[in-house]
Amino acid sequence: MITKRIIPCLDVKNGRVVKGVNFEGLSDVSSPVELARYYSQNGADELVFYDITASAEGRRLFTDILTEVAKTIFIPLTVGGGINTLDDFDRVLKCGADKVSVNSGAIRNPQLVSQAAKRYGDQCVVLSVDIKRVDGVFRVFSKGGRENTGMEAIEWIRRCVSEGAGEVVVNSIDTDGVKGGFDLEMLSAVCDAVSVPVIASGGAGKIDDFTKLFKALPKVDAGLAASIFHFGEVEIKELKKVLRENGIPMRI
Amino acid sequence: MVAIVDYGVGNLFSLKSSLDFLKVETVVTKDKAVLENADKIILPGVGAFPDAAKKLGADGLDKFIIGQAKEGKALLGICLGMQLLLEKSYEYGEHKGLGLISGEIRPISDVIPNDLKIPHIGWNALDFTKQSPLFKYIKNGDHVYFVHSFYAANCDDVIATSEYGAPLTAAVARGNVFGCQFHPEKSGDVGLNILRAFCEKEN
Repeated sequence: MITKRIIPCLDVKNGRVVKGVNFEGLSDVSSPVELARYYSQNGADELVFYDITASAEGRRLFTDILTEVAKTIFIPLTVGGGINTLDDFDRVLKCGADKVSVNSGAIRNPQLVSQAAKRYGDQCVVLSVDIKRVDGVFRVFSKGGRENTGMEAIEWIRRCVSEGAGEVVVNSIDTDGVKGGFDLEMLSAVCDAVSVPVIASGGAGKIDDFTKLFKALPKVDAGLAASIFHFGEVEIKELKKVLRENGIPMRI
Repeated sequence: MVAIVDYGVGNLFSLKSSLDFLKVETVVTKDKAVLENADKIILPGVGAFPDAAKKLGADGLDKFIIGQAKEGKALLGICLGMQLLLEKSYEYGEHKGLGLISGEIRPISDVIPNDLKIPHIGWNALDFTKQSPLFKYIKNGDHVYFVHSFYAANCDDVIATSEYGAPLTAAVARGNVFGCQFHPEKSGDVGLNILRAFCEKEN
């Protein structure tokens, strides 16, 4: 039986891992290579790296780090941040990424998803969406959650999946950083709309939040989190043990 | 020396890195002389069967690899590289494979329930169906990482399956020819141990 995946996410800026609360107030945590190794040895099923650097120099640092990570860590790696063109796909895939996550790049250039899926296969293209409720409607936000695009989120996700996005990361801005649990209502709406794997992001604060997620929404394939793992509030090994005891299929 | 066949299909970075990590001497090549000198050959591949089969056939690399395998050289196909080892595939029409492993490649949608997602993507447990030198360092039930929409059907050479609404072929072997549907180079320690067992195997 296929297992549910637990995915730590590492935001990388100028070669270091950072994590913001509600995307603001970033703080330095640790070395990406060290953290990646630690996670891969301690039960992570996959790793996500987001490059949040804006400068060309930072981007070069990021690809160097990615190469270093991919040389020593042999679990699936997803890379996102600053992916706007097919050249960006190429750049990170050559450094050892297995999947590429697109967010604002797909909003700016709606052809990006279909072009990348044709060239690299659907399984390589991950759609990442930052979603916030505005007057009771799920809206897509861009630029790290700062700008309301006005687009309705479920419609946007459905469209990108039909164009070849092979997985969807749903990041709820409403619950991100709050540590009060995943946004089950939002995730449920996405699961009902698409048949590709859905990865829940934003809101995990404790083990019980993951148990609730997978029990309430059996169609969710993976749970993603950052700071609770980086700061050791939740240990992945312990998390997976508890989930398995609760009948949720886990790779131990 | 282990040769990774470079025929323009997919990214070989992780596979090469994993063998480097195991301190196995490797060469990435499509040069027949180099392949001939190698102790073992790994046939990787991602993408669609027809395109890969065409690229492999372009310089007669397909016939050359069949020849090498028949002479007894250990061969390991990974993912689409495994699928190429079979007799034929029904991905986008009907296409001939290398015929080193029995059976044919068919869509997993033929055998799995409608409510399961395609591709079969993620970590799944191996159920050994036969003993194999490939499993020397791993145990039944260990998890490996899959990404695929097609599988090996009507195959007599299955050595492991994984349950995804149906027992899907996970690994195959016949004599010195081996294949993994999953990605050992992305399957953590279990995957590394499978590669290690293949690389250490006496020809």
